[in-house]
This record gives sequence, structure tokens and C-alpha cells, in this order.
Amino acid sequence: MIKFLLVGLLRDRHRSLFPVTVVSLGVILTTLLYSFMSGMMNDLIDSTSRFDSGHVKIMTSAYHELENQLPNDLALTSTGSLLASLKKSYPGYDWTARIKFAGLLDVPDENGETKSQSPVFGLGVDLLDKSSHEVERLNLRKALIRGRLPEKPGEVLLSDKFARKLALGLNHKVTLVSTSSGGAMAVQNFILCGTVEFGITAMDNGAMIADLSDIRFALEMPDGAGEILGFNKSKFYSSENAGKTAADFNGKFFNPQDKFSPLMLTLEDQNGMGEYIQYADSMGFIIVGIFLIAMSAVLLNAGLMSGIRRYGEVGVRLAMGEPKGHIYKTLIYESVLIGILGSFIGTSIGLLIGYYFQQVGFDISGSLRNSSIMMSNVLRARISLTSFYIGFFPGLIATTLGTALSGIQIFKRQTAQLFKELET
Amino acid sequence: MKGSEIIKVHGLIKDYSMGKQSFRALNDVNMSVCSGEFTGLVGPSGSGKTTLLNIIGALDNPTEGDAVVLGKDVNSLSQAEGALLRNESLGFIFQTYNLLPVYTVYENVEFPLLLLKKSKQERNEAVMKALEWVGLTAKAKSKPNQLSGGESQRVAVARAMVKLPKIVLADEPTANLDAANSHNILKMMLKLNEELNTTFIFATHDEKVIAYLKRKVVLSDGKIIDDITLN
Repeated sequence: MIKFLLVGLLRDRHRSLFPVTVVSLGVILTTLLYSFMSGMMNDLIDSTSRFDSGHVKIMTSAYHELENQLPNDLALTSTGSLLASLKKSYPGYDWTARIKFAGLLDVPDENGETKSQSPVFGLGVDLLDKSSHEVERLNLRKALIRGRLPEKPGEVLLSDKFARKLALGLNHKVTLVSTSSGGAMAVQNFILCGTVEFGITAMDNGAMIADLSDIRFALEMPDGAGEILGFNKSKFYSSENAGKTAADFNGKFFNPQDKFSPLMLTLEDQNGMGEYIQYADSMGFIIVGIFLIAMSAVLLNAGLMSGIRRYGEVGVRLAMGEPKGHIYKTLIYESVLIGILGSFIGTSIGLLIGYYFQQVGFDISGSLRNSSIMMSNVLRARISLTSFYIGFFPGLIATTLGTALSGIQIFKRQTAQLFKELET
Repeated sequence: MKGSEIIKVHGLIKDYSMGKQSFRALNDVNMSVCSGEFTGLVGPSGSGKTTLLNIIGALDNPTEGDAVVLGKDVNSLSQAEGALLRNESLGFIFQTYNLLPVYTVYENVEFPLLLLKKSKQERNEAVMKALEWVGLTAKAKSKPNQLSGGESQRVAVARAMVKLPKIVLADEPTANLDAANSHNILKMMLKLNEELNTTFIFATHDEKVIAYLKRKVVLSDGKIIDDITLN
């Protein structure tokens, strides 16, 4: 009997090819949609953490209150001892100090007169220390467009777009004009050793990256840093782990009465990221949920259509003495087979396409030209464990449910009408 | 050759409700059929012949009266017991053949045996024998859409006969066939009736069928008005 049913399934495209195609398409779209939602969230978290927030970040509470103004006069001091303590107490994290700053970048001509000038946003990061992971974290090697990475003090990187706007060539001298931590004017010369493209519009429009020690010297912050960032060594953000670490650190070091005591914040505590993640999660589930309902409706309809199409066949089987329950069961078995096959094909193709877009991505830089959001220019999917079943189970359940509901008609069918029905 | 009584209906009444009114399709029908008969329920449309065929085939229950088929009271059978009776002992032939289009001739004929859980060897022997009876062994691998109307109805006959049922119920089996094919089919059924002693009951108003009947039960407005044994 099983062979008989399988033969029927294989030969009748309306029973196999059409529903398998519908299920596969639905599952492909669900898997892809979820993977893209997941990828977008992951990109945002990843970009934000690498360039701005870390998985956890330590600042003085005074600095935190005015963080948008980059108040380096309220920065952490004696960071050497704090970093040593952090590395010892929280070895699961990689800790690094950074200074964010803003100012004017002046490009002098051969006579030392200003040739061009532009506002600049800068990052002082640990580039020259061999044990630092900042070059990899900021992906600077891959981002390099021209020249090389800084190899000695006094060398800087600029975003390529910014350097071209200022008509700057490699080895050109540039002057940073900013404010020291004491509130005085700070002027420091640098040599442009390379240009980079971060793939983040907000950074590519005008950023400068220099070694932390140079910026400490320029802004008169010996052993100081605006912030200390911690990155989970697993490379993935864990809300639970970050929360526990922050609670433990703040319990030991933070004093609400002292505005200069160090305060640790998780990624979610910063820039409304927590709300954003929650919102994006909810939106993701709503969108995928709506999609699943729509897919289920299509599959349910396909099940009903199949029931109508096979009305005659079911009638003959009833007349021959096949019990109603047996016919119903065989229809369910068929739909489970279709559901598994369609969901398997759909999930496989969805994952393959998702994997391609995880590796290659969509370039959306055109629509982010004036964006100041810390978001990647390349929209990527992300394959996670959930991607493997987010489409599979709904595809299987919707197919089976569609047949189960439409198949109930078999039990309502009046055998007394069979002769009449089968003669039309 | 007439044998023992295998169908007995007594005081059979069948009412259908039509909104607030009811329609009496069978009105105090009494008859019996013995094994090996080649009987026709004859009458115009609405005379009650298909309703009677339904009740004998355990597809419907009477409103009143008794219908005993092969020793089983149809009225007291559950859905499953009715299905079992049809599966084991009854064959059906429809006006429009109703072959399963995705299966071959062989597979269509094999299907009732699958329901009876016969072994592969038993199935193969029975199917080939049934196809031989209807002269279609050469078409075993053909699909229904490759057959003519006459050939399709012969496959339907083979499907009804393959499990060697005691009774075959046929509703207007020649209605869609031309005269030549009708005669061929009827000759074939008569031969099977004589060789295998299978009881055939037709519901028909086709003169071609009536010409082959050994017994004619005439119905009108739900009543038997005549019951004639023919030579």
C-alpha cells in the first residue's frame, strides 16, 4: 500500500511537485527573511560594539552623562592599573582603552599655510602594542585602501573618502587641532601613512585613527582614556554574561557619590541599544509570524484544492470498501511526506542562499550616503541554529494541518451519494 | 444457475428529507436475490433503483424495513463494518468507469487486493487472471487516458471482479458506451456470471442491458411493480 501511494505521489505532479514547490518556496522565504533579520541585528550589534560600545564599556559616570560631547576632561585616569585589575578579574574579556575625540584637521601646503581644513572625528586606539587586537577588531588590514598601517608614533590613518576630499596624498603632513583634557588648545602634527574604508558611512565621511599613545600625548592625558572597552573572547555578545560582569564590577568599583568612579555599562545599556534589540526582536518575530500565517494559509488552500481535485478518487476508494479513517490517514501520511520533502528542500536552498548573503552580502551604501548610524554598508544574512528550523517546522505543520482540515470532509461524505457523485 | 438466497429485503422504506418535506424513494419494497442471478433493477429516473442499489451495497441505510446482504443486516452495520462488507464481498461498476488516472491498468485492478492485504504473488495472479477475463492483458501497463471508453469499462469490470466478490453492483454500466461496446461488456459480464457464479445486479433503463438480463425487477415511484424471470 505504501508503495502504491508513493507511486501515485511521484506520478501525479499536482499531488507532489506543486505542493512541494509551494512548501519549498514558503520555507525558503521564511528562512531567508529570518536570516536577514538576524544578520541585520548581528551586524548592528557587531559594528556598534567594535567601533563604539564594546560588549561592555567602562567610563566615569560624569563622562557617561556627557558622552555625546566627548568630554575628555572627565575621562578615566590611571587606566594602567585598572586594565591590569580587569584582565585579572575578568579574563573572559579582552580589555582595551580608547580615546574618542573631535577637532579640526588642517592640511598645510609646502609653506606651512592652511591648504584645506575639515572637522574630524577620531579614535585613539592601541595600534602599536603587539599584544593588542585592535587592528583585527577594527578590521583595519582589510579596510586599507592606500598605504599601510601605522608602524611608529606620529602616523595616522584617515578614511579614504575623507582624505580624497582634502586632496591628501600618502606621507602628507596633517595637523590635528583639538582641545586638551585640561581645556587648552591642543595642536599635534601627524603623517598620513594610509587610508581606509570602514564600510560604515558614519565613519567613512570623516574619521581619523591614531595610536592611543599619540592621542594621549596630544590631548595631555597620560595614562588616561575616555573609555575602556571589554570584548567577550568568544567574539559573540552575551547579554547574560555582560550583565553579570557589569553588576559584579559596579558592585566593586562604582560609587554613586563619586562622579569620577568607573562605571561599567553593557552594550544594551548604551545608546538605547537594549530597546533597539528588543524592538528589532519583536519586529522580527512579528514579520516572520505574519509570513508564516500567510504561508500556512497558502498551504491550507493547497490542501483544500487537492481535496477537491481528488474527490472522485476518494469516492471510488470509499465505494471499494476502504474505511474513511484509513483514507484520511493515507492523506495525512502523504502530506507529512510532502511537508518533510518541501521543508527540507526549502530549508536547504534557504540556507544556501542565506550562506551566500552571509559571505557576500548586499551593498546598500547608496542608500546610506548621509547616514550617521553605526551600521554596515553591506547588508548580510546570518545563519544561526534557528535558521535551520524556523522554516522547516512551520512548513511541515502547515502542510499537514492543511490536509488534516480539508481531509475532515471525508468523514462528512455521504456514501449514499457516491453513485450519483461518481457519475458526474 | 441459481443458488442460495444472498440478499433479502423486506418492507423496505427509504425517505429523504427535502427541507421541511420528505421524499419517499422506496416504498415497502420486498425482494430476494439468490447467488448467481443476473438481475436488473429497471425503471425510469427517480424510480428508486439506485437507492435500492445503495442499500444493498451497504452505502446507505433504510428508513424502515430490513435489508440482509450475505447474512448481514445492513441497517445494523457500522461505517467500518459496511466498508468491510464492501471490501470483502461486493464489487462496484460505475457509469463513468472512475479509474484512478495516475495508475496503470494493472495497478487499478490491483488496488482492491491491496485493501484486502493480499500477498504480492496472490495479487499478481489475480490481476492477470482478471485482465485475461476482460481481454486486456496487453494493456496492463497502459494508463486510463490511453484507453477507449469500452476498454476503460472492461478495466472497471476487472477491478470489480478481481477479488472474486459474491455480488457485483453496476449502475448504468453501459450509459457511456456505444452499442458495440455495450454488447461486448454485457457478454463478458454474462460469461463471468456463468463461469464464476457471481451475482450481478444492475440499475438500468437501457434496453441493451435489459436484453441480457435473466431477471427484471421493475420499479416505479419507489415500488416494485413487476418481477419477471427471463430466459
